[in-house]
Amino acid sequence: MPTFVYMTRCDGCGHCVDICPSDIMHIDKTYRRAYNIEPNMCWECYSCVKACPQNAIDARGYADFAPLGHSVRALREEAKGTISWKIKFRDGREKDFVSPIRTTEWGSIPSPADLERPSAEAMKSQELAHEPDALKISGGLPTLRPDQLKREVV
Amino acid sequence: MGLFSGRKTVFVDSDVLVVGGGMAGCGATYESRYWGRDLKIVCVEKANIERSGAVAQGLYAINCYMGMQWDENQPEDHVRYARNDLMGLVREDLGYDIARHVDSTVHKFDEWGLPMMKDPDSGRYLREGKWQIMIHGESYKPIVAEAARKAATEVYNRVMVTHLLMDEAKPNRVAGAVGFNVRTGDFYVFRSKAVIVAAGGASHIFKPRAVGEGMGRTWYAPWSSASAYALPIMAGAKMTQMENRIVLTRFKDGYGPVGAYFLHLKTYTENAYGDEYESKWYEQTKELVGDYIDRQPVPTCLRNHAFLEETKAGRGPIRMVTKEAFQDPHKETVGWENFLGMTIGQAVVWASQNIDPKHINPELTTSEPYVMGSHATCSGAWASGPEDYAPAEYQWGYNRMMTVDGLFGAGDTIGGTAHKFSSGSYTEGRIAAKAAVNYVNDLKNDRVQVSEMQYQNLKEAIFQPLENYRVGRNEIVAGTVSPSYILPLNGLQRLEKIMDEYVGGISANYMTNDPMLTRGLELLDMLKEDLNHLAAEDLHQLQRAWELHHRVLASESVTHHTKFRTETRWPGYYYRGDHPKLDDTDWHCFTLSQYDAKSGEWTMEKAPVYHIVD
Repeated sequence: MPTFVYMTRCDGCGHCVDICPSDIMHIDKTYRRAYNIEPNMCWECYSCVKACPQNAIDARGYADFAPLGHSVRALREEAKGTISWKIKFRDGREKDFVSPIRTTEWGSIPSPADLERPSAEAMKSQELAHEPDALKISGGLPTLRPDQLKREVV
Repeated sequence: MGLFSGRKTVFVDSDVLVVGGGMAGCGATYESRYWGRDLKIVCVEKANIERSGAVAQGLYAINCYMGMQWDENQPEDHVRYARNDLMGLVREDLGYDIARHVDSTVHKFDEWGLPMMKDPDSGRYLREGKWQIMIHGESYKPIVAEAARKAATEVYNRVMVTHLLMDEAKPNRVAGAVGFNVRTGDFYVFRSKAVIVAAGGASHIFKPRAVGEGMGRTWYAPWSSASAYALPIMAGAKMTQMENRIVLTRFKDGYGPVGAYFLHLKTYTENAYGDEYESKWYEQTKELVGDYIDRQPVPTCLRNHAFLEETKAGRGPIRMVTKEAFQDPHKETVGWENFLGMTIGQAVVWASQNIDPKHINPELTTSEPYVMGSHATCSGAWASGPEDYAPAEYQWGYNRMMTVDGLFGAGDTIGGTAHKFSSGSYTEGRIAAKAAVNYVNDLKNDRVQVSEMQYQNLKEAIFQPLENYRVGRNEIVAGTVSPSYILPLNGLQRLEKIMDEYVGGISANYMTNDPMLTRGLELLDMLKEDLNHLAAEDLHQLQRAWELHHRVLASESVTHHTKFRTETRWPGYYYRGDHPKLDDTDWHCFTLSQYDAKSGEWTMEKAPVYHIVD
């Protein structure tokens, strides 16, 4: 249905509501649990599946073209820095994959506000933050001469 | 007490306002803080920047990386590549600018913790193709969002921006934006000296192939609702190349990407009978476009063209030959992880239909058209170029400033710069941000002025769909059919049908002509009038209502541009039946449009193309 929520696993925490890029995971007023209010605006991006602490959310392929009986499950573990996948075909075959998701600690990126202040001269140059060092080339930021740009068909 | 007096209005004043927190918006937010240490930097996003924009789901490759440190490519090479792919028409000054900076962006992503694949022999980033490097990018967006959150003074999630505000002290100057919180219903007035529009391009303006539950499985995200275009258009900014919509050749139904399959796995296509077909259409294509067909790599649209012709000739489906490559377990893993990393829906489709590419060569299809500015296409706003080398005709102010003072753009918003992808969009956000900070600093104490009348009028318009529903629903017993209003989904489906049938969608085999476009515009006019009668049952539908407003305005722009360009520049993306050939004599130029929000009139003009000439 794209995504759906298992009644017995969801505790209504709302993580999926907070994360859904399409604003389609909402809390049902009667059951106080999440559900997909607009399946035809679901991209199957799995943001809600990955965010659910109860593993209560799964996807069932779009009914227009996906026959029943399959599943693609994801387990995203920030502490381990991995995402694990289990693909189950309609005919029962299975495939498993694991990928890294990050090589550094979560929250470890320095704020640009903590870096040394750029000079007034740098402010007027064409260089962006961390340049030229971050380009990792000698000779500085490449540029063109204005006369290298011409009006003609090439 | 007025009708809306009970609704809270939140005022947010800033120096730099970033509209949209996707890749371009996160780049703009980060860079704004680097250069503007004492400025107030605000980022506003209709979803949650942790997972928003086109990269919400992740990516398995960074498609724009020069590798200048290893002398793999130089910026000029990328400009020639993008020019060639877009049939000669790109803003080469802007494209060069992105290419010369993009490596520093990618190196920061690496340092921040994005897992980059490495070539075991050379130790360099693992190349998928000449421009692409491979990543484990499931958390690409959360990593980029972390840096943006640390840089911003404030991030407003779940606030949808609907309109820009204009300065009342100085004509043609932006003064901020308005929108609403999709959770609380609060009205937001953002007053800002500079605004960077980094919103999304457009899915769902043409009818998608799947129209039931699967209509959300579009190639571009369903939340890409054309705000990138509608916001500048309403403010009177000039737009360029809006006719240059893109059609994607992708795996059937899931629209899973083919880049890694072609470039890294070395899979290839064949028709239903096992024959290579692209070379069969060489002479016919040459008749249409001349020697553009001889250029390497063959432009994306022309490869689509051969696919379409072969299918029309009755030799479909076209398949990707995967069976050979997938016998290698490493390649099989790459093939699957490529989907799991960025188009999970394709893995779902294959699992459901028992398609294991090790044993079955999967079908391909061509998508419905999309309008965006960062892939093999370059629709968007007309922007000022870099100060150090852009031609005078491309320079009227700060880098990436549109034709409205103080209004900057990046990513899908900026036109003429194809093939920037995720890394280039982020880089363009950085470029726009540095320019915006310079703009703000140069303003000194010159403050923007916004009258209460301006934002109160917008407030009334924004919440009108809730009122339309509240009043109109009493007229009917129950259900969705009302004589007085239409719901956002009704309007969306009407838009998609008009664009599909009249402006070159799938059901017309991407064909249109002047009479069709003229009729399309008449129907779009009526749809625009009906938008005054949109009804929203709740705040979620109010978001859908404003997404529809944005899509309709962008579609109108696309239709005017398509009508203006009386040639077929990109066969395989769309065809003008009345002008079936490419015409470099009259149309080796950009198309520009400007919308007058008061009169509803569009003005079209041509602008010159400058090439890097060796």
